Amino acid sequence: MNVKDQMKNAKWWYSVYFKIDFILHLAFSHFREWCEFRNGRFLILLAIALGPGACESPIAINGDSPLYFNPQTRYWLPDGAEPADHWSPMIRFILNRDVVSTRVNRGSVLLDFLRRERHLTGTKQGCREGDCGACSVLVGSRVPGGVRYRLVAACLTPVGELHGNHVLTIEGLNMDALSPVQQAIVDAGATQCGFCTPGIVVALTGFLLASPSLTLAEALAALDGNICRCTGYASIRRAVQRLVDGLGPLPTAPDRRLEKLVRTASLPAYLIDIGRRLDAIALEPAPAAADGVPVPVSGGTDLFVQQPENMRHQPLVFLGRDARLQGIRIDDDHIHIGATTPVEDLKRDHRLVRIFPAWQTTMDAIASTPIRNRATLAGNIVNASPIGDLTIMMLALNAQLTIRGSCGMRRIALDAFYRGDKQVDLAAGEWITEISFLHPSPQSCFNFEKVSRRKRLDIASVNTAMHVETHGGRVSHARISAGGVAPVPLFLTGSSAWLIGQPVSCATLARLIDLIDSEVSPIDDVRGTAHYKRRLLRRLVIAHFVVCFPDLELEGRLP
Amino acid sequence: MSARDPIAHVRAETCFVDDLLEPQGTLYAAVFGSPVAHGVVCVLDANAAAAASGVAAVFTARDIPGENQVGSVVADQPLLAADRVRYVGQPLAMVVADTPTRAHQALKNITVTIDKRPAVFDPRQAAENGDLIGLPRTIAMGNVDAAWSQCVTIVSGRVDSGGQEHLYLETQAALAIPRPCDSMHIFSATQSPSSVQRTVARVLACPMHAIEVEVQRVGGAFGGKEDQAATWAALAALAAHRLQRPVKLVLDRHADMQMTGKRHPYTSDYRLGLDADGRFLAFQATYYQNAGAVADLSTAVLERSLFHATNSYAIPNVRVTGICCRTHLPPFTAFRGFGAPQAMVVIEAAIVAAAETLNVPTWTLQQKNLLCGGDIFPFGMRMQGDTPRRSFDAAVSRFHVQSRLADIERRNAASNFVKRGLAVMPVCFGIAFTTTMLNQAGALVHVFVDGSVSVSTAAVEIGQGVATKLRRMAAAALGIAQTRVRIENTSTTRVANMSPTAASTAADLNGAAVRLACGTLLQRLKTVAAGIQGVPAGQVAIRGGRVWIGDAPSSLTWEALVKTAHRKRVDLSAHAFYATPELHYDRQREKGRPFAYHVCGAAVVEARLDALRGTASIESVEIVHDAGRSLDPLVDRGQVEGAVVQGIGWTTLEELMVDPDGRLLTDTLSTYKVPDLDFSPTTIEVVFLDDTADSGAVMASKAVGEPPLMYGIGAYFAIRAAIRAVRDVPAERIRLPLTHARILQMLEGE
Repeated sequence: MNVKDQMKNAKWWYSVYFKIDFILHLAFSHFREWCEFRNGRFLILLAIALGPGACESPIAINGDSPLYFNPQTRYWLPDGAEPADHWSPMIRFILNRDVVSTRVNRGSVLLDFLRRERHLTGTKQGCREGDCGACSVLVGSRVPGGVRYRLVAACLTPVGELHGNHVLTIEGLNMDALSPVQQAIVDAGATQCGFCTPGIVVALTGFLLASPSLTLAEALAALDGNICRCTGYASIRRAVQRLVDGLGPLPTAPDRRLEKLVRTASLPAYLIDIGRRLDAIALEPAPAAADGVPVPVSGGTDLFVQQPENMRHQPLVFLGRDARLQGIRIDDDHIHIGATTPVEDLKRDHRLVRIFPAWQTTMDAIASTPIRNRATLAGNIVNASPIGDLTIMMLALNAQLTIRGSCGMRRIALDAFYRGDKQVDLAAGEWITEISFLHPSPQSCFNFEKVSRRKRLDIASVNTAMHVETHGGRVSHARISAGGVAPVPLFLTGSSAWLIGQPVSCATLARLIDLIDSEVSPIDDVRGTAHYKRRLLRRLVIAHFVVCFPDLELEGRLP
Repeated sequence: MSARDPIAHVRAETCFVDDLLEPQGTLYAAVFGSPVAHGVVCVLDANAAAAASGVAAVFTARDIPGENQVGSVVADQPLLAADRVRYVGQPLAMVVADTPTRAHQALKNITVTIDKRPAVFDPRQAAENGDLIGLPRTIAMGNVDAAWSQCVTIVSGRVDSGGQEHLYLETQAALAIPRPCDSMHIFSATQSPSSVQRTVARVLACPMHAIEVEVQRVGGAFGGKEDQAATWAALAALAAHRLQRPVKLVLDRHADMQMTGKRHPYTSDYRLGLDADGRFLAFQATYYQNAGAVADLSTAVLERSLFHATNSYAIPNVRVTGICCRTHLPPFTAFRGFGAPQAMVVIEAAIVAAAETLNVPTWTLQQKNLLCGGDIFPFGMRMQGDTPRRSFDAAVSRFHVQSRLADIERRNAASNFVKRGLAVMPVCFGIAFTTTMLNQAGALVHVFVDGSVSVSTAAVEIGQGVATKLRRMAAAALGIAQTRVRIENTSTTRVANMSPTAASTAADLNGAAVRLACGTLLQRLKTVAAGIQGVPAGQVAIRGGRVWIGDAPSSLTWEALVKTAHRKRVDLSAHAFYATPELHYDRQREKGRPFAYHVCGAAVVEARLDALRGTASIESVEIVHDAGRSLDPLVDRGQVEGAVVQGIGWTTLEELMVDPDGRLLTDTLSTYKVPDLDFSPTTIEVVFLDDTADSGAVMASKAVGEPPLMYGIGAYFAIRAAIRAVRDVPAERIRLPLTHARILQMLEGE
């Protein structure tokens, strides 16, 4: 029998396999240990049970269609068949009301899956770079006490990372009557062409589901990733005002809040059951990356913009699924940030808000809610963009990286991590597990400045951070960093060192500005001319002093 | 109020072209654009692309059965470039494949060798080279040359305004489905279905009746889908015709931004003269319009610039010249305002220069020179009504311009880092297509035997709420509930030879046609009712879905009346046609009456400047706007607010950047920033001036789409005023948009 015929027959065999797989899954889903055997390993057992021979031997159940175990895909393929896209491991998640199982490439994005595979066209394609919000969806993951929903951009969310999650699109939010979010938009006339509207409905629903605070400001901030070209946002503001005015108090615990929202007809009732249904899927291990050196993905909010094609075809490992890499731990001396903690969690962390007085406004200027929900600190650092906001902050805070690789763990200072344009001190197979920095002393001042064309969801022309402490009128500790002015995120080594020991004065500031100017080398690009960036950095350094040394009376003595 | 559209929108049940259920076997097209701004095509090799997996075909200019031409005003735009390319992104070839991804991937396998030629991107340079589209046009009134000697103050300067990407959220899209007997059904995201139909017929060499173009709705257009939607529909149709398979072409954002035209950048010189009392005596300006590589609608856009050169002001001696300059950039096209913003910013710059020279508040000069009823525009039309003055005065007093200016001065003196600035921006905008023949519309109204009503017009619903307005008008005309009326998709088989949905006229023109058609039906039905009731037809009326005799309701319902009429073999369908009366324009003399009426208003714009970081934001925009008797205040308010923010985006944020080779650098949403919620002013107050006296439009309403965009010009001058609280900046050279980088330049005195 030639390969072609075998392929034809194989179709039948896969359907048999799926059925067996599914029946066994149902039968054994209560027993975690049994389920460990799924995804190939179980079939090996099956092969052994069905006939003699190890897993290298073909199984031929009906005698005429031998399948071979392919170690790369961990699936049984007809002899000679190339592992193709559709041999990817099974990804299972709940999409609105339904459990879906798919073998699309793990790196294909949710937007294409929704629109092309499921014809769920309410999720719109606006830009495919996470900059418009038209494809916003909610992704729910199981947490103690319920399901935590995060607003994400479907165009940057790989399907492979959704295993065991709940994906909630506009179609899944529709009920017979309009939800309060939908009603508020209709009543306020906050929709014109309608293309951005589903994304806005989803974003505001995400606010209802997950926002700790229910203020107007928070609700408006939930739309920081949504572009509307028609309304000028005035009617959207009025809609949000209506929505917030109509809200009663909501519990904070996810499950209790969900119940309340369902009870008040804000959300469809089937959502109540999602947590339990996710538990059933969670028993299945997530599909692993294909063989080869996998690309570690930590959010991927830039990777999926810059190289979507590569991402679709390379083996990927989703670091975000590893709970050990997540969370914020604060001990007596240090703040430890798990590498894949979503940036939104940093923004909302109460302890960080206490430690850094301007924390939330600072974080508001970084990306948008859907991007912050996916983006991670380690991702920002490894991406090595010379203008990475968080990286610039971490440089001033003298962050240390903990890196895990095949040779074990090592630690390196962030300011030693950048070797050149997009060159970082990270070998293949290594990844950052944690970023830590010393707890800033209460007497010190940390300030971050950023100027971009638009205040929100924009890349800086120049950004800079300063961490400074004084003692007896003199600078005792100083670290200044600047982005957008060099090929790498720049720690201003010389200027920072010079500043230590100087008196806090206008003369010091004037000298510092000149020193910094000699330490940077900006270029002309779409974010501004080199000349502008130099000018801007000078002013932002003054802004550091204005913020950190309010008594200095700089007003009136500026350039 | 029933709001069918908004409800569908919030439930995402609205279908845009890319959302339509595709017929089985649909193929997907992707377009290969020129990598070079100007040159001669030597070799275009698409063999590898044609052989790529999943690719059904690759098409080039050779595959076009009819005319390789999509230019609507001037025949200078090939559908697919054959021998010469004139801008980066100009379509050269099209790949059709079984998935969109494969079509896009195959584009990478196309190679082209182009013998580069010198490219020009600066309109002044093009003008110097004599590379113009059409002849320069001049509109003049009085004697400018003689007037200068009477002027006490004369200011002159240059204004450069940048282009603007439409950034409709739905990118250009078309789905072409071949039908039996050599016909084709095209779903297109266009403002101008008949242009698409005409273009496709031309390209495929078939009669127009073989092509049905249908538009369900468009996800934002703003002018960008008036002439420019035709190319993509024609390409899809070409592939569908050749392969006899449905073909969908949806541009991705990157391609859309690279390949399609935008608002025209202008560079202009002006001179304004004032007498001792601050009255404008003479104004002269030359507008160099960057048209891009082909004509598109550029000459019409330029014409409107000339019509609005003097904005809301009465100036006795005027001479304005427009020069349409051909450059090697994608064809610039219609964008909300259609050339008027580019001209209005020039006269406002001139007034600001004069005010700064005379050291008087700008608004006092503006106020002194506003148009009054009876004043003559340079193109010969008389101003009707006093809305420029009424709206301006209302805005100044209602929004406390005088006291706020004093307050701002006080606060500015008290702070070095935060400065505020305020500007008043009047707008006077003419309503009608300036190409007189376009001011026509047809409507087809059917009444079905169950009493439901179907209305077809040429109006395309692009988010401006025209469907809502037409529905309301039809229901009002027939005396029935709005729920009985359905506004159909716009289709070339139901209404022929449509004018585009543009120039803010869709509700005016189509609404008038709908009312005429409804009037015809009503007359027939009243006759039937009169017969049933045995009264003269003159006593019959239909109100609230019921027949009334005189002042009393009868037992005869709308449904029963319609059924009876059908039984009596009365025609329950009517087509009507409307042509705006009294419009004329003589392009030889440059005189006439190009507009039906004017829409006027004034905005007070306040800016906040962070003088340390060199950033600014617009805090509030407060507007008195003349919308006539609004057909739908919610819709009209939304139009005003949306236009204002788009205008602020144009003047302060949105910047197109092109590299020295003519390649657009700002071709993504991460590099081309448009207003977001945080950027938009927290306060946008809109007060409608309830003025119905001078509207010739349907139900005493007024057009609303475009005029408010120009309030956004006030944002530039408000920020400028704030900067002047830090240091004097010269007024002779003004450049838009006033981005943060430019603000810093001005703050540093560069």
